[in-house]
Amino acid sequence: MTRRPPSGAPAPQAGSGRNTAGLTADRVSWGVDGRLILDGVGLEAPAGAVTGLLGPNGSGKSTLLRAIAGIRPPQGGEVVFDGDDLPRMPRRTRARAVALVEQDASTDLPVTVHDAVLLGRIPHRPLLAGASEQDRGVARRALERAGATGLADREVTTLSGGERQRVHLARALAQTPRLLLLDEPTNHLDISAQLHTMRVLRLLADDGVTVLSALHDLNLAAASCDRIVLIADGRVVAAGPAQEVLVPEIISPVYGVHCDVLTHPRTGRPVLSFAPASAASAPTQPVRPG
Amino acid sequence: MSGARRRGPVAAGIGLGGVLVASLLAAVLIGPADLSPAEVGRVLATHLGLNLFLEPVGLGVEPLSAIRDGMVWQLRAPRALTAAAVGAGLAVCGVVMQSLTRNPLADPYLLGLSSGASLGAVLVLVAGGAAAATLLPVAAFGGALLALGAALGLAGALGQVTPTRTVLAGLAISQLCSAAVSFVIFWSVKGDAFREVMSWLMGSVGSATWVSVAVTGIATLLLGTGLMLCGSVLDAFTFGESAAAALGTDVQRVRWGLLVAVAVLTGALVSQSGSIGFVGLILPHAVRLVTGARHRLLLPLSALAGASFLVWADTIARTVFAPRELPVGIVTAAVGAPVFAFLLWKGRARA
Repeated sequence: MTRRPPSGAPAPQAGSGRNTAGLTADRVSWGVDGRLILDGVGLEAPAGAVTGLLGPNGSGKSTLLRAIAGIRPPQGGEVVFDGDDLPRMPRRTRARAVALVEQDASTDLPVTVHDAVLLGRIPHRPLLAGASEQDRGVARRALERAGATGLADREVTTLSGGERQRVHLARALAQTPRLLLLDEPTNHLDISAQLHTMRVLRLLADDGVTVLSALHDLNLAAASCDRIVLIADGRVVAAGPAQEVLVPEIISPVYGVHCDVLTHPRTGRPVLSFAPASAASAPTQPVRPG
Repeated sequence: MSGARRRGPVAAGIGLGGVLVASLLAAVLIGPADLSPAEVGRVLATHLGLNLFLEPVGLGVEPLSAIRDGMVWQLRAPRALTAAAVGAGLAVCGVVMQSLTRNPLADPYLLGLSSGASLGAVLVLVAGGAAAATLLPVAAFGGALLALGAALGLAGALGQVTPTRTVLAGLAISQLCSAAVSFVIFWSVKGDAFREVMSWLMGSVGSATWVSVAVTGIATLLLGTGLMLCGSVLDAFTFGESAAAALGTDVQRVRWGLLVAVAVLTGALVSQSGSIGFVGLILPHAVRLVTGARHRLLLPLSALAGASFLVWADTIARTVFAPRELPVGIVTAAVGAPVFAFLLWKGRARA
């Protein structure tokens, strides 16, 4: 049932004509204590598109994002972005091109939102220098773009989970990345904030940024991603346009649930509906043929 | 607003620098021997070679008697300067350790440095002999470095050097050394040696000489300034080490480099003053409550505040019950803790 693209073969392209720009990972592996967390992952995230990284808990989404960002460099395989070999790039050069919004990054230190966002400028200035007027301008625009301007003078420790997520997004935007990696950026967010975040990602993609975001919510991915990469147990199970990956034959076995795919009445995008796997034997409606 | 925000720190730095100079002068003036400011001025002018400039304009000064001169130049001046260097160095080390380990309880002695130094010092004091005075700082420094090596070796042997592993390895080594120190004291220290050992263990700049000034001053100027320049590097750790790595920081190299720099600086300070508590633990928190967590600001202001603080603490320690001297560690805690409690209370609305 599962589709596993042959190793090394490029996955289907969403936006044609942009084949050279964007992110390509090939046979990426990473393990700890003899346990392989990533087992030969290959994926493509084209520039100017929002690519969703889906998979059950513990499938390796966060590890893959960290491997691409160079925080835990891959032990095998290749990661190429816009023609550059990411793992072998000098750290600071890489940090000027790639930003990562982590899950649950927190601090106990008394730091204001404005200063937290300014941290994103560190790779852009000499090691010993302080923030310049230009850095402050970039930080202000990043706050604006993430919808967090009103928070600028607050202390990070006083923010709610959702506000903090916005600040982390703004901090990543202040890095002015060409590749933006996000690890479940909509966690802790209410639905309006979730949609706002995905709209920010869409605008970035429209500006030519390559966006790869791990997401927990399959319907949010269905509504807002151009392409989906689905991983399970450290391997890619399926990759392609959202409509081709988010189908019952692929989703049901990976998540171990019964799945129906409907069509959104307003947007025409797929809407997924779930039932426990035991209910799959007696569906009330016929499963849509794949 | 943003303009004032950037001028503020410079003003604060200049202000604290002025406070430090004033504190040093006051520390040299204050004391039981009834030296007038004019006399102290004469001593300083004589030793700093100011006569070279003063004599031609008819303001030349006569040197004081050898005893009174010695009191200023051989006792109070090196003592005040050593206190300033130790205070500044400990404060900077405290900030760096707290940021690196992301642990508010971290202090410069975290990696077992003070226990290692104490073990070295106590062994020398117990052995006694003519060379003890010369050997003591060397033994203390050696003990500190051995403890550091053992702690980092243990942390490294556990796998990647993470903050938690660093803290726990330091804890293990420091407990081991403390036990050894207690054992040596329990087994073999009697009478006068006991007093001497206790005063060393509680920390003091009472026996500071110009050698102490040179050791602590050079260590603080070189390593402390180096650490102070790492403000942006430490800022990158605000949201943890993966965040730092994502900002282009070589996390492992930075951690090792800074830990070793802190350890060598702390070792040099401990070798001259023993382990003085509070300055490296609470003072960084106090300054952070006022300035916020930006390290480019926090580090230099902590250094200046730590220097003035320890100069005053030592002045109080030697004068308040004169001629008896208090261990300076008692004063740092007795004066500092209420101030810190006040700052916590004042900042309650923010947290």
